[in-house]
Amino acid sequence: MAGAAGPGTGPGAAGGDGDDSLYPIAVLIDELRNEDVQLRLNSIKKLSTIALALGVERTRTELLPFLTDTIYDEDEVLLALAEQLGNFTGLVGGPDFAHCLLPPLESLATVEETVVRDKAVESLRQISQEHTPVALEAHFVPLVKRLASGDWFTSRTSACGLFSVCYPRASNAVKAEIRQHFRSLCSDDTPMVRRAAASKLGEFAKVLELDSVKSEIVPLFTNLASDEQDSVRLLAVEACVSIAQLLSQEDLEALVMPTLRQAAEDKSWRVRYMVADKFSELQKAVGPKITLNDLIPAFQNLLKDCEAEVRAAAAHKVKELCENLPAEGRETIIMNQILPFIKELVSDTNQHVKSALASVIMGLSTILGKENTIEHLLPLFLAQLKDECPEVRLNIISNLDCVNEVIGIRQLSQSLLPAIVELAEDAKWRVRLAIIEYMPLLAGQLGMEFFDEKLNSLCMAWLVDHVYAIREAATNNLMKLVQKFGTEWAQNTIVPKVLVMANDPNYLHRMTTLFCINVLSEACGQEITTKQMLPIVLKMAGDQVANVRFNVAKSLQKIGPILDTDALQEEVKPVLQKLGQDEDMDVKYFAQEAISAVAQRLRKLDCSAKASEEPSARGADKNHFLRPRGPGEDTGKGPAHQLHGNTRDTLAQLEIAELVHFSQSGD
Amino acid sequence: METKLPPASTPTSPSSPGLSPVPPPDKVDGFSRRSLRRARPRRSHSSSQFRYQSNQQELTPLPLLKDVPASELHELLSRKLAQCGVMFDFLDCVADLKGKEVKRAALNELVECVGSTRGVLIEPVYPDIIRMISVNIFRTLPPSENPEFDPEEDEPNLEPSWPHLQLVYEFFLRFLESPDFQPSVAKRYVDQKFVLMLLELFDSEDPREREYLKTILHRVYGKFLGLRAYIRKQCSHIFLRFIYELEHFNGVAELLEILGSIINGFALPLKTEHKQFLVRVLIPLHSVKSLSVFHAQLAYCVVQFLEKDATLTEHVIRGLLKYWPKTCTQKEVMFLGEMEEILDVIEPSQFVKIQEPLFKQVARCVSSPHFQVAERALYFWNNEYILSLIEDNCHTVLPAVFGTLYQVSKEHWNQTIVSLIYNVLKTFMEMNGKLFDELTASYKEQQKARERQELWQGLEELRLRRLQGTQGAKEAPLQRLTAQVATSGGQS
Repeated sequence: MAGAAGPGTGPGAAGGDGDDSLYPIAVLIDELRNEDVQLRLNSIKKLSTIALALGVERTRTELLPFLTDTIYDEDEVLLALAEQLGNFTGLVGGPDFAHCLLPPLESLATVEETVVRDKAVESLRQISQEHTPVALEAHFVPLVKRLASGDWFTSRTSACGLFSVCYPRASNAVKAEIRQHFRSLCSDDTPMVRRAAASKLGEFAKVLELDSVKSEIVPLFTNLASDEQDSVRLLAVEACVSIAQLLSQEDLEALVMPTLRQAAEDKSWRVRYMVADKFSELQKAVGPKITLNDLIPAFQNLLKDCEAEVRAAAAHKVKELCENLPAEGRETIIMNQILPFIKELVSDTNQHVKSALASVIMGLSTILGKENTIEHLLPLFLAQLKDECPEVRLNIISNLDCVNEVIGIRQLSQSLLPAIVELAEDAKWRVRLAIIEYMPLLAGQLGMEFFDEKLNSLCMAWLVDHVYAIREAATNNLMKLVQKFGTEWAQNTIVPKVLVMANDPNYLHRMTTLFCINVLSEACGQEITTKQMLPIVLKMAGDQVANVRFNVAKSLQKIGPILDTDALQEEVKPVLQKLGQDEDMDVKYFAQEAISAVAQRLRKLDCSAKASEEPSARGADKNHFLRPRGPGEDTGKGPAHQLHGNTRDTLAQLEIAELVHFSQSGD
Repeated sequence: METKLPPASTPTSPSSPGLSPVPPPDKVDGFSRRSLRRARPRRSHSSSQFRYQSNQQELTPLPLLKDVPASELHELLSRKLAQCGVMFDFLDCVADLKGKEVKRAALNELVECVGSTRGVLIEPVYPDIIRMISVNIFRTLPPSENPEFDPEEDEPNLEPSWPHLQLVYEFFLRFLESPDFQPSVAKRYVDQKFVLMLLELFDSEDPREREYLKTILHRVYGKFLGLRAYIRKQCSHIFLRFIYELEHFNGVAELLEILGSIINGFALPLKTEHKQFLVRVLIPLHSVKSLSVFHAQLAYCVVQFLEKDATLTEHVIRGLLKYWPKTCTQKEVMFLGEMEEILDVIEPSQFVKIQEPLFKQVARCVSSPHFQVAERALYFWNNEYILSLIEDNCHTVLPAVFGTLYQVSKEHWNQTIVSLIYNVLKTFMEMNGKLFDELTASYKEQQKARERQELWQGLEELRLRRLQGTQGAKEAPLQRLTAQVATSGGQS
């Protein structure tokens, strides 16, 4: 079907002579030449459409060469192209033709912009899997070699990411060549290339034969790990994890450990930081024996490193390190070799170090057990609860559950309380916000009694905080507390206090009452909502501040689903109707929203009621005869019902129906 | 004289927390680390340098250099140099005050001696001198206190050991500048590795240190011919890493300043290596976020190149157009400034090559809603030389900008811009009244857009027809594809 006409690709051919098959490529070319980047971008993003329209053959013979030759564009367009081409195999005729996609991707892999290059490499990796082994050697490997010996660093950098995908399926002779190319990139003149090679070293090692790993990868690793630039050395640490996983213990000790030891004491803090950051992975990769002999001493040094960045990274790993120690002898190792250093860190001069430690230290209690926790860890926890930096205190409080399981929270409560109170009154609202978020957790741990006695007043005080975010968080907090402690507790302790605020002279506080009701109604259930909350809400409909009034409308809409038909019909509806006539535009708007929601709710109740009442032939009660019609709704049901009911109600219903229509068409 | 500096000043001065800027309100993102980092007191740890000093020995003052006979001078000098190789902890400002003072006095004396006494620099002292300098200045720079350090907004983190470090740099500089200094001897010690470490120090946050480094590197470049190519290569590595990997390097402006004078000295015709440096390093440098910090130096380098070789103009201007800022108006103004500098030196034959894309960009700038951008672009018409270029090529330039100018003159919110545009239009009218009238008459842009839409519609229909042809009446895949296409392509 394709190629009936010659490849007329001039823009002039666009739709002119009636040959539809020329259409897409002409459009594409036209668009790709457009001045507006956005249009060029759009057309590239529709590349698959164009290819589909062209058919596989013409995509191969016309579209791809065109893309390869004429693309000189903004990086954004190139990025889109690189991404598209990764999924193009089907559009060029399947795996047999996948190599057709290589030329454009090859040139994209050499551009300056990293994002484009990375995307091209990603697409190339994807396509490499679709190549047959023969095509791989015939087309893909030569491309990798070309890139690897390109004269600007960009192509060599890209090549680094392609070795590992073509190596496993290549023949032995080709494998040797690939290794040779990788080796030369590892000692490239340009640090950018060495970095790329170092970052792919681990990945490449994984696909190599073990012998080659030992004879070739290890020397490369050693070289990179002693590179003159620390940015290269630190990447070697990452590779170390992958390489270590491949080697036996003896090989590891002989080939890798000297380098790793050196990295842990590197003169650049960036390299030491990397060791600290990758510590858990390293620990798993080298196994328990080397961990005890080498890594623990190295870790001790990292914990007392002169740079805070390194100490903080190490402190983050304390828990994982301890967890991953062999169970046998673990306690002794931690007690003798780790804990003394941790104790120092508790009073570190840098708050990031302290806060990193505080975020994991609680986890040690499960590992060390009750007695050790009480004797050794508890003093540390207590000290951290008194730390000058709020983040440290927060991190301790946020992890209380770990300790609770082991020793119970009572041990801590004496110090906990002052810490909480202080955070609760912190001058920074973000600190207050953070502690509020832990309240439900604390409530669960401390129990209702303790909570009522010590913390309840704090929770109520937050409701009148001068920052909205805090008041909002405080209302949500109440809901979570009710979920924890139950409705009875809510009715006795929370609800009365919340409702009293409805009479507060400050309208913001009155609104807080409404917000509380919004979230509490569901947790408290129908009875409390109807009997205690609803009257207050309704009363507030007469508030002099419009913001309060429209929040009344919103609240009524919110609690509507919890109320029963009677309450909705008798109490809510009249109030909403009144608000619907309010002089304030916003109040009117929200009242109408609420009216339509309530009407819908009533309809639902009506249907279910009708379903149960139908057999009794009494038909509907006055609540449901005239159903407001939504657009597209089937109104064929129950015209007979309309005959019942008195006129006044009908009018009222009609009014609602109109309002419904109004608000719907107003959307 | 150098001792005027406040003794042992450390970054832990009590006033610094107050200086740290308040996070702007739009950065409010919950309980973020940033706010804490900003507000935290200055850390008292940046002593990577200090950790390798073990068992500190006591320093005792040595006799003054000027008091000893010439025969003992060099022996004493070498002892003094050794003394100056001892490092002190400057974070603890009261630690070992006596030792610090001894070293400071010795350094002062060395500075004095190397600057004024002839015959001191004999071959055997070179290794001692370089060793002393290396020990003092080469160190891994400490982590930045503020990971989002903004050189324009934030206070730099000053080097705590500056009281000694400054004297070492001063000594190094005088050593290099001494009339007795022999590069042929020094090149054994000032080698590639030395230069590489020197370049790494340019990342220092302390502007005082970078200032010294700049002068020193310049001297090194001037005196060690064998290191020149290497220095240029390493600079370009630093820039490339800065552009494509880190976006963070404090000494870019200083390095560019040195390069500016290096470029100034390039012989003609320019080597390919140098041209490549311009096109692949200097031009992409324009894309960096913190351009404002080093733009003046960068623009100087670019203009230097163009003054050397005018044929590079097209490359440069097309490069700038490629990296033209899309969203940052501040950078846009800088680009316009640089463009004007380039146009000031452009040759008319080069101007012809780039006038169309260039003036389309200028027109886009004129229509910018940010009045400073529009204003900066319109100032081009105040430049006599540019105006004469426009006049000579008005048949190309006018059509490129006319539509936009005409439209903006009716729409721009800022009165100054509107009146500036009127002036420009008036100049056009005077320049070539006939062309101006033609353009006014044929000013309709909408037509093109409609044509484009029709093209796409046609394509869509064709695709649907094809799908129906191949897939028969199956509807589901078709719909799926349509949806996919609608959401911009996706997978095939």
